[in-house]
Amino acid sequence: MSDDGQPLLQVRDLTVHHGQLQALHEVSLSVSDGEVYAIIGANGAGKSTLLRAIAGLDPPTSGSILLDGADVTRMRPERRVAAGIVMVPEGRRLFPSLTLEENLLVGSAYARTGPWNVKGVYELFGWMRDRRSQRASQLSGGEQQAVAIGRALVANPRVLLLDEVSLGLAPVVVRRIYSLLPDLLASGVTILLVEQDVSQVLRAATHIHCLLEGRTTLEGPPGELTAEGIEGAYFGLAAGADGVPGPAGGHA
Amino acid sequence: MSWVNAILQGVLLGGLYALFACGLSLMFGVMKVINLAHGDLAVVAAYLALGVIAVTHVPAVWSFVLVVPIFAGLGYVLQRTLIQASLNRSVLTTLLVTFGLSVVIENGLQQFLSANSHSLNIGSLVSDSFSIGSQITIAYLDLAILVIAVAVLLGLQYFLSSSKHGRLIRAVADDREAAQLAGADYRHIFGIAAAIAFATVAFAGLAYGMYSQFDPTIGTDQLLLFAFEAVVIGGLGSLWGTLVGGILLGVAQQVGAQINSSDQILVGQLFFLLVLVVIPQGITGQRIISRRIISRRSTGRRNTGRRIGSWRRTA
Repeated sequence: MSDDGQPLLQVRDLTVHHGQLQALHEVSLSVSDGEVYAIIGANGAGKSTLLRAIAGLDPPTSGSILLDGADVTRMRPERRVAAGIVMVPEGRRLFPSLTLEENLLVGSAYARTGPWNVKGVYELFGWMRDRRSQRASQLSGGEQQAVAIGRALVANPRVLLLDEVSLGLAPVVVRRIYSLLPDLLASGVTILLVEQDVSQVLRAATHIHCLLEGRTTLEGPPGELTAEGIEGAYFGLAAGADGVPGPAGGHA
Repeated sequence: MSWVNAILQGVLLGGLYALFACGLSLMFGVMKVINLAHGDLAVVAAYLALGVIAVTHVPAVWSFVLVVPIFAGLGYVLQRTLIQASLNRSVLTTLLVTFGLSVVIENGLQQFLSANSHSLNIGSLVSDSFSIGSQITIAYLDLAILVIAVAVLLGLQYFLSSSKHGRLIRAVADDREAAQLAGADYRHIFGIAAAIAFATVAFAGLAYGMYSQFDPTIGTDQLLLFAFEAVVIGGLGSLWGTLVGGILLGVAQQVGAQINSSDQILVGQLFFLLVLVVIPQGITGQRIISRRIISRRSTGRRNTGRRIGSWRRTA
């Protein structure tokens, strides 16, 4: 682990294009061990692109990604899993024709050694053991999200990337998922998450990073940020918000 | 009684067609590759067996011990190189590339091994048979091929449902990107799936070489077509569907032959067209389609994201 003060995950001046469209403009961030680092922003702000680039799914045009000081920018996504970067993708993306347990077993097929295994996930989510032979497609949205998190945990990540875990879920389910974060942190997992639901994030995060149309508009620990400042950075209304005018339009 | 015999012969023939079809179905189900060289590869396997027999002097039925592993290796290498390279461009490119491969194989065989027909000599086994009553005669070879087809399908089913790599193959078939996020190199998993598909092609080619005469052109003229028809009749992406499809095609052909010996192929094609019109998803296709609908409903957002993703890539 990085006891020498070196950040666990570093992103430097990352620029990503989707064809002609520039989704990220030289975004930098630095995540230390044990943090809950939250990236917020409206639809189309580039949050998911940033997470997908860190996971290796969207290749950056320029910039670099470092894990524990080692450059992983050109590493294939499956190699990053072995290095300790594991993502829970947006929309959960379970394997629908596989059972709950098979989904977890696929997650553990190339796992690093560490505290998590399928049994540990069954202990974390008590209901799973009884329903392990059910197909993933038959589970509810909240249950699928829990399995998706479990599937990532069994790979024993050093950094867990959570892409919009609250999307499409009832508030009570979202609260339940966020209440897991302390357990995950206690097991030595560092968390980098993307979220549209700002109120949820302000309670859970140790660091907030706001994106607007692919650019950083605000960052800092939640205690140092004001509600007005976050609102301005989120919607691009305030004058200090990097000079990007108008509402944050999205095409999603 | 002769009709009963025709149907029985059709069922036996269906085993051979299922053997041809399951590799085609597997490659389509896992990597969305429609391998137009499938039939020609079966012919290559039969020629390879001729070579193995000439060099090692083993009996023809034992040639599979060498031919099947060689084909599995060939499948892995071909998938990791040529087919993966074409997949990286687009799924349509794989159609062109495997079509090209088919042309190259067929002409290569004609150029270097002549257009003469051959068969794998299995001695008296080719004609040994037993009779049930006065009308029904069953050839041991035909029965053995059906048994092998069922055994191959059972083995495949067991591998896919119970082994670690079978699970990974199904995961990659479901969602390639999510499998990458679980640490799986989908190109390697594709290679394994292709190796298995090629192994089944080798079995099919050897069975055909013992069952009938083969020449370089038979691969696309008959084998590929019958394999396609069996897959479509049975339902895409279903292993046991290929057996059902193969058997139904075989029965249709034998019934056709019973009507008029020159109508065998024609009746098979007509039956295939009928299935396409009446149940285009195939006999066992229904369940798979309804499952897709369920999974789409429960992850509605994911599809929106994908649509945007594909739009972004093309923009």
